[in-house]
Amino acid sequence: MNKKFLPLYVTSSLFVLLFLVGSVQFENFGTLRVFMNLFTDNAFLIIAAIGMTFVILSGGIDLSVGSTIALSGVIISVLLRDYGWHPIPAFAFVLVLGTLFGAAMGAIIHFYQLQPFIVTLAGMFFARGLSSVVSEESVPITHMFYDNVAMFGFELPGGAWLGSSTIIALVVLGLAIWLANFTRFGGRVYGIGGDAQSAALMGVPIARTTISVYALSSFFAALSGIVFSFYTFSGYSLAAVGVELDAIAAVVIGGTLLTGGYGYVVGTLFGVLIMGVVQTYISFDGTLSSWWTKIVIGLLLFVFIALQRYLVRRGTKA
Amino acid sequence: MSTDDTVLALRGVVKTFPGVKALNGVDFTLRKGEIHALLGENGAGKSTLIKVMTGVYRRNGGIIALDGTEIHPANTGDAQDLGISTVYQEVNLLPNLTVAQNVFLEREPKRFGIIDWRRMNREARELLLGYDLDIDVTAPLNSYSVAVQQLIAIARGVSMSAKVLILDEPTASLDAEEVASLFNIMRDLRDRGIGIVFVTHFLDQVYAVCDRITILRNGTLVGEYEAATLSQQDLVSHMLGKELEKAVHEKVGQAEAQTRETLFELNQGSSDVLEPLDISVCAGQVVGLAGLLGSGRTELCKLVFGVDELSQGDAKLNNQSIRFSNTRQAVVAGLGLCPEDRKKDGILGPMSIRENMIMALQNKRGWWRYIPMKKQRELAEHYVKVLKIATSDIEKPINQLSGGNQQKVILARWLAAEPKLMLLDEPTRGIDVGAHAEIIQLIRKLCDDGLGLLVASSELEELVEFADKVVVMRDRRKVAELSGSDISQQTIMQAIAGQS
Amino acid sequence: MRYKDLSPAVRRSLWPIIGLFVLLLANVLISPEFFSIEIKDGRFYGSLIDVMNRAAPVALLAIGMTLVIATGGVDLSVGSVMAIAGAVSAGLIVGGVDNIAIVIGGGLLAGVAAGFVNGFLVGYFGIQPIVATLILMVAGRGIAQLINSGQIVTFHHEAFEYLGVGYLFGLPFPIILVIITFVLVQLLMRRTALGLFVEGVGANASASHYIGINDKLIKLMVYCVSGLCAAVAGMIAAADIGGSDANNAGLWLELDAILAVVIGGASLMGGRFSVFLSIIGALIIQALTITIILSGVPPKFNLLIKAAAIIVILLLQSPEFHRQIARFKKAGGAQS
Ligand SMILES: Nc1ncnc2c1ncn2[C@@H]1O[C@H](COP(=O)(O)OP(=O)(O)OP(=O)(O)O)[C@@H](O)[C@H]1O
Ligand SMILES: [Mg+2]
Repeated sequence: MNKKFLPLYVTSSLFVLLFLVGSVQFENFGTLRVFMNLFTDNAFLIIAAIGMTFVILSGGIDLSVGSTIALSGVIISVLLRDYGWHPIPAFAFVLVLGTLFGAAMGAIIHFYQLQPFIVTLAGMFFARGLSSVVSEESVPITHMFYDNVAMFGFELPGGAWLGSSTIIALVVLGLAIWLANFTRFGGRVYGIGGDAQSAALMGVPIARTTISVYALSSFFAALSGIVFSFYTFSGYSLAAVGVELDAIAAVVIGGTLLTGGYGYVVGTLFGVLIMGVVQTYISFDGTLSSWWTKIVIGLLLFVFIALQRYLVRRGTKA
Repeated sequence: MSTDDTVLALRGVVKTFPGVKALNGVDFTLRKGEIHALLGENGAGKSTLIKVMTGVYRRNGGIIALDGTEIHPANTGDAQDLGISTVYQEVNLLPNLTVAQNVFLEREPKRFGIIDWRRMNREARELLLGYDLDIDVTAPLNSYSVAVQQLIAIARGVSMSAKVLILDEPTASLDAEEVASLFNIMRDLRDRGIGIVFVTHFLDQVYAVCDRITILRNGTLVGEYEAATLSQQDLVSHMLGKELEKAVHEKVGQAEAQTRETLFELNQGSSDVLEPLDISVCAGQVVGLAGLLGSGRTELCKLVFGVDELSQGDAKLNNQSIRFSNTRQAVVAGLGLCPEDRKKDGILGPMSIRENMIMALQNKRGWWRYIPMKKQRELAEHYVKVLKIATSDIEKPINQLSGGNQQKVILARWLAAEPKLMLLDEPTRGIDVGAHAEIIQLIRKLCDDGLGLLVASSELEELVEFADKVVVMRDRRKVAELSGSDISQQTIMQAIAGQS
Repeated sequence: MRYKDLSPAVRRSLWPIIGLFVLLLANVLISPEFFSIEIKDGRFYGSLIDVMNRAAPVALLAIGMTLVIATGGVDLSVGSVMAIAGAVSAGLIVGGVDNIAIVIGGGLLAGVAAGFVNGFLVGYFGIQPIVATLILMVAGRGIAQLINSGQIVTFHHEAFEYLGVGYLFGLPFPIILVIITFVLVQLLMRRTALGLFVEGVGANASASHYIGINDKLIKLMVYCVSGLCAAVAGMIAAADIGGSDANNAGLWLELDAILAVVIGGASLMGGRFSVFLSIIGALIIQALTITIILSGVPPKFNLLIKAAAIIVILLLQSPEFHRQIARFKKAGGAQS
C-alpha cells in the first residue's frame, strides 16, 4: 500500500461505510438506483468541485464558482429566449466567456501579486452582478434540444439511470485525472502548490500555469452552469448561491489540503458523494428539520476532517 | 578581453533593490571547461549575481552574453533553455513531489503525449545511483534528509547542464565523502567542456577544485585570480578588505572543569527518537556536538530545549530538576535555541530586524511588560554594530538580508534575552570566513561571561577550535566524549566513523 | 517627497485613506448636502453619520477579523456567530430575563464560545482556518435557527434596543461601540506585546514556537476576540430591528469583513496588521454602497460596481501596478 494514497483510501472507505449505514437502516437505500442518483443530483457540483481541486492544489482558492454557474445559466437562457440562438453555440459562447473570465482573474492574481481569496471574491461579485444586469428575473428555457438532452441516458438494472449529466461529469473526471497526473501541466500545478518560489527557480512557468488554473476552474464552472440548467430549465441570477462553499467542502473532505500541493481529483468525487449520501440519508429519514440538517452537515465536516487526520497520522507513523 | 573559449561574459552588471545597490557594475567571465569560484562575504552579492544571470532578477544595467550573443532570460525556464542550469543556495526543490518528478520537472519523458512515469522513475534511479544514492524515487522528496535533498538538487542541475552549471553553496550540508564525489563529478563535467560557477565559504574546497577565482565585495568586483597563484591569506584579505584575526583561546581543561559548577545536566535522558544519554555543561564551557547529519544532534538540542518531550531520565538546570511543557518555560528558565533550519524555524520573514531581535527578550518578560520602543531601537542598533550586521536600517524586513546576516540577527535575538545556556544548531552554516571568525570569537566571549554553550556543528575544524568538550553522536546515541587536549579532528573523525 | 521615498508603512496606509477620501468627495459632488450635519435635540444627523452607523457591524467584525488574519488565519463563521448571539439575546429576553447585563452577557458568552471552538480547532487541532471556521459557518446558522425554533423572534426591551438605536454624546450608539472596541483592542495589542506576538505567529508560527511564544494560545485568543466582536455586531443587528432573524442576520457579512481588512492593506498570509486601517476599509465599503445609491444607478448594477471598485483599490495597493504606471509614464515621456 502506498502511503501517498492514504487520504484517498480513508475517504473512499468512509463513503462506503456511510452508504452501508444507510443501507442497513433504510429499505431501498442500498440500491444501484440510489447510488446513481447521487451522481445525477450532484453532477454539476462534481464538475465545479473538480475545477476547484486544481485551484486548491495550486495553493489558491476560487470563490467565484457559484456566481459563474448562475451567470452561464442566465446568459444561455437569455440567448435562447431573446436572441433565438441554438443551445450549442450558446454553450460554446459561455464556455469561452467563462474561460476568459477565469484567465483574467488568474492574470490579476499573478501579475499584481494579489491574494486569490480577494480577487475571486471580487470575481464572485462581478459574475453575480453581471447576471443580474443581464436579467434580474428567472428566465425559463424552452427548447427541444434541452428536452432531448434531459431525456438522454441509459437504463441500468434495478431502475437506475445513467443520464447525460452523469456522463458529462464522468468524462470531466477522466479528463481531470489525465490532466492532473499524466501531463506536464499537472506536475506544475502540484509544484506551485508545494512551493511557488522553488517551482519558479526550477523553471516552471508560473504565470502561464496560474492563469491556466483559474481559467480551467471557471471553464468547469461554466460547464457546471450548463449542466445545472438541465435540471432547472431556467437561468436565474440568484441560483447556485454558496455552491463555492460546497465545492470547497467536497475538495477538503476528499483529502486535498487547502494549503496546496497534496491531494487527488478522485478524492473530490468521493467528497461530493459523501455530501450527497448525507443529504439522501436525511431525506430518507424525513424527521430532521432544516436546521438540524445544517448542524449535522457541520458536524460531519468536522468528524470527517478529524477522522481523516487521525487515520492519516496513524498511517504515516506505522 | 574575452577570448574564444569564453562561454558566459558579464560586463558592468548592476542590480538595485529598494535602498541597496546589490551589484554595482560587476564583470565576470566564465570559460569553457573551467571551474570558477565566486567568492565574497555574506551579502557581497554572489547569490544576486547568479540570480541575475539566470533570469530570476532583471538586471538594471550591463550586458550578459552567452557564446558572444547578448541574452535576456526572463525566468529560470529561459535560462535552462539557453543551457544554463543552476542549483540555488538552500535547497530549492518541491517537497510534495516525488524524487523522480523533482529530477525531471519541466523535461519529463513522454509517450503518446502523456508522462511516461515508468521511464522517468527508471532514469531518475539510474541518475541518482551515480551519486551513490540508492533510494526510492517514487517517494515524496520531503521524506529524505536535507543532505539527500541537496544531492538530488545537484543531480538535477548537473543532468540538465548543457553549457553552464552554477552551484550556489551546494556543499553546505554534505559530509566529506559526498563532497569528494561531487568534486569528481564536477571535474568530469569540466573535462567535457562545461563551464562551472562554484560558490562556497569553504576555502579549502576552493583550492581543491577551482581553476580561477572571482571575488566580490559589497556588490563590486575586487578582481579575478588564478587559483594556483593566489595564497589563501591574500584571498581572505581580498574578500574582507582586511586581514583576518585568528581567535586564540585557552581550553578549559578537565581539571578546571571540575572546579566549575555544573550548569546543565541530562541523566539518562531520552526521547522518542534518542537513546538514553548523559550530558553536562558547565558555566563558561563550550560543549560541541559532533556527528553526521541525522545522527541525532538536532534531536538532542530539541530535547534539551523542551520542544521534544523527555520520555525517560531527568534534566537539571542549576541543580534543579526541570521539565518544560512548552517552549516559553524553557526560555524563561534561561535557555535559548538557534534552530538549524533558519528559513523555516528561525526568521520571522516579513518582520523587521528590530522586531526579530527583541522577540525572545520580550517573550521572556511576558506580554504585559512591553519593551519601550526607545529601548528596542537601542538594543537593535547595539547588536547591529557589535555583530557587524550589514544593513542600512534596523526597520528593514529580515528576509531582505543575505543568509549570513540573517543568522547573526537570530544570534542577536538570543543574546538580547541573556540566557544561561544557549543551544546553537549549526550556527555557522553558510557564513563567510570573516563572520565565521567573528561568531566564534563571540561564542568564546559569551563563555567568558559565564554562559554555557552547546554547539552542534558538522565542521570539525571549528569544533576543535572552540569546544572544551566534544560529544560525538552516531545513530541517535552518544558514542564518545572527548575533552581538553584529546580533541582533534582526527579523534572526532574516528569516533564518528566508529573506530576508537 | 516622492511616493517611492515614503516608508512602506506610510505607503500602505496612504491608499485606503485616499480611497475613502475620493469616495466621500464623489458623494459630495453627486449630492452637495452629503457633508452637512444637522444637530437636532443634541443629536447629529446627516449622511456621514449614516455611513458610519451602517458600517458599524462590518467595522466590528473587521476589528476581530484583522487579528485573525494577522495570524495567517481567516474566520468565515462571523456572520453565523452574529446570528447565534442575536438569537441567544432574543431568546433570553423572550424567556423573561429583564436584566440587561444577563441579556448582553449571554450574547457575548455565545460569541466567545464560538470563537473558542474555532480557535481550538485551528490552534490545538491544527485544522486549516478556512475549513475549521467553515464548519461553524454552516452549523452556526443551524444552531441559531434551533435556538429560535425556526421562527423570527421579535421582542421589546428598551435597554437592549439601545444597542442598536440609542444615542450617546449625540452619536448613534453603534458608532460608540466601534470606538470603544477599537480603543480596547488597540490598547491590548499595542500597549502590550500581544500585537507583536500576533504578528510573529502570522509571520512564521514555527519560528515563534522556537522563540517560546505560545502560538496555539495566541491563535485561540484571536478567534475568541473575533467571536466577541461578532457577538457585539450580532446584538446590534438584533437590537436594530427588534428581533432575531437566524436566516438573514449577518448573512455574507464575513466576506465584507474580510474585504475590509484587505482593503485596509493587510495580507491574508498573516503578519503586519492595522486595526485602524481595517475600520477605514469597512467605511469604504459602506461609503461605496451609498455612492451607488446616491448616483441613481439602478440597484442591479450594485455588485458590478462593487467588484470594479474592489479591483481598483487592490491594484492601487499593488507595488507591481505602481511599477507599471511608472514604466508607462517613462515610455510616454520618451515619446513626447
Ligand atoms: N530580495 C531582496 N530585496 C532587497 N535586498 C536584497 C534582496 N536580495 C538580496 N538583497 C541584498 O543584496 C545584498 C546581496 O545579497 P546576496 O544574497 O547576493 O549575498 P550573498 O553574497 O549571496 O551572501 P551569502 O553568502 O550570505 O549567501 C545584501 O545586502 C542583501 O541584503
Ligand atoms: Mg548567497
